[in-house]
Amino acid sequence: MSNIPKDLKYTREHEWAKAEGDRVRVGITAYAQEQLGDVVFVELPKVGTKVTAKKPFGVVESVKAVSDLFAPVSGEVVEVNGELPNKPETVNQDPYGKGWMIVVKPSSKADWDQLLTAQQYEEFLKQGGH
Amino acid sequence: MASRYIANTAAEQKRMLGVIGAGSLEELLVKIPAKARLSRPLSIRAALAETDLIRHMKALAARNADADSHVCFMGAGSYDHYVPSPINHLISRGEFFTAYTPYQPEASQGTLRTIYEYQTMIAELTGMDVANASIYDGASSLAEAALMAHAVTDRREVVLSRGVNPLHRRVVATYCEGPGIKLRDAGAPDGVTDLEAAKTLVGAKTAALVVQTPNFYGCLEDVSAAAEIAHAAGALLVVVADPVNLGVLEGPGKLGADIVVGEGQGLGVPMSFGGPNLGVFAAKKELVRRMPGRLVGATVDKDGARGFVLTLQTREQHIRRAKATSNICTNVALCALMATIYLATLGRHGLVKVGELSAAKAHYAAERLSKVSGVALRFGAPFFKEFTLKLPKPPERVVTKLAKQGFLAGVPLKTFDRGLADCLLIAVTEKRTKAEIDGFAAALEKAVA
Repeated sequence: MSNIPKDLKYTREHEWAKAEGDRVRVGITAYAQEQLGDVVFVELPKVGTKVTAKKPFGVVESVKAVSDLFAPVSGEVVEVNGELPNKPETVNQDPYGKGWMIVVKPSSKADWDQLLTAQQYEEFLKQGGH
Repeated sequence: MASRYIANTAAEQKRMLGVIGAGSLEELLVKIPAKARLSRPLSIRAALAETDLIRHMKALAARNADADSHVCFMGAGSYDHYVPSPINHLISRGEFFTAYTPYQPEASQGTLRTIYEYQTMIAELTGMDVANASIYDGASSLAEAALMAHAVTDRREVVLSRGVNPLHRRVVATYCEGPGIKLRDAGAPDGVTDLEAAKTLVGAKTAALVVQTPNFYGCLEDVSAAAEIAHAAGALLVVVADPVNLGVLEGPGKLGADIVVGEGQGLGVPMSFGGPNLGVFAAKKELVRRMPGRLVGATVDKDGARGFVLTLQTREQHIRRAKATSNICTNVALCALMATIYLATLGRHGLVKVGELSAAKAHYAAERLSKVSGVALRFGAPFFKEFTLKLPKPPERVVTKLAKQGFLAGVPLKTFDRGLADCLLIAVTEKRTKAEIDGFAAALEKAVA
């Protein structure tokens, strides 16, 4: 089973969300990057973009497929990982660390409570993950 | 009656009618009101023998006035440039003779290689980083550029110079209707885009400013100044250019264009009464993932040998579905091949010569024709191989008169621009001789007298 850090929350689309004060850092899970294979391109929104929970905010492309990235929470993008366009392989190498994608300032707390816990996400993966 | 073109026999028809319970074909049609039905046989003549048919078709074709039967001064987007004879011989080879990019592309290394060479030549000519494998024609290239600018900038307005070919502008309008992209016209009252006016139209909502050079009226635009206006507003500059001119004129990419599109028919593709044509499309490298169309890339195989692939296909519809950059999944491979052979045949020197000769002859013609009494150049702006003449008589009538004397005199502008109802657009390529131009001037003199 893939690495699923206990201190993060998760979506059914395999994004992770990390609470950092009043902000939420977002990336894709180790399971997601394993399923995608070598990531060759990441398209992220600009700082200031409004994102909506469960709606696409960007695109990740691997040698096998192109997938939308789904926002775990609604809010405004306040930071974007500028390294990823030039080093997309970081997503494979360090999905929970240097492979982070965006930081969102959530517009409400409600979305956060809808996210899966590490345990729920692990259960979800055991059931097939989709 | 037995028909050559209806596959089923009388016996089969009877069986089919039996299954659905109709007694005859007539009974099957009884529900159609009598007045809506033709009560007599179609008036089609009896079948001709092959030799008779060929004679008949040749007689029909001979009634056309084309660039072989007449001396052609028509342009407006399709030009009578020389088509070197190797082109027809080479494209007729079975390995090449298809209109499409192959469905199993990597198995067709030869085709991919010609497309790769085409892309390389177009990128070099336009001064851009990357060119696609071509799309349908200049008009669809321009429309795709408008959609791409919208996708890149996430803005919903495109400012089009009125110097852009009006037929192409109409195609852009059709493409932009669905996604709701608003088009705004920047005027060109003196034959070139009024850049001061364009500046007031280009703003925070503008995805792209589009100029054509030489423009529809033949005049050269100030591309660098247009680039400054577009970029100051965070918009892209789309330049429409005829690649056959780019042996002489600077590649628009070097003047600040973000996307260069154009009609590539001049590169060895016959005019063929308006098509098939060649849609040229080139862009800056950082925009490549938003570029429409197919793209061939060079790579190495597992043994290190050079090979060619279709690359960045994740932009395309067969992978990306609704989110594809465009619904273009093909290219005009055969016309792109013509252009590739054309450029390879002419070489650097030849292409420069084509541009120099066309421009020099156009300027000689302009000088000669504007000496005709009552005839004058409509605009003062510098032009390249095409120019707008003001005539003292209705251009449509002049064109009809001159056609009878063996000249395709040009394109009357009334249908494109009511303000130019007295104007004729004249194109001169390297094919025109001094004798033809002098003869044309003499014929025009009589026609407007």
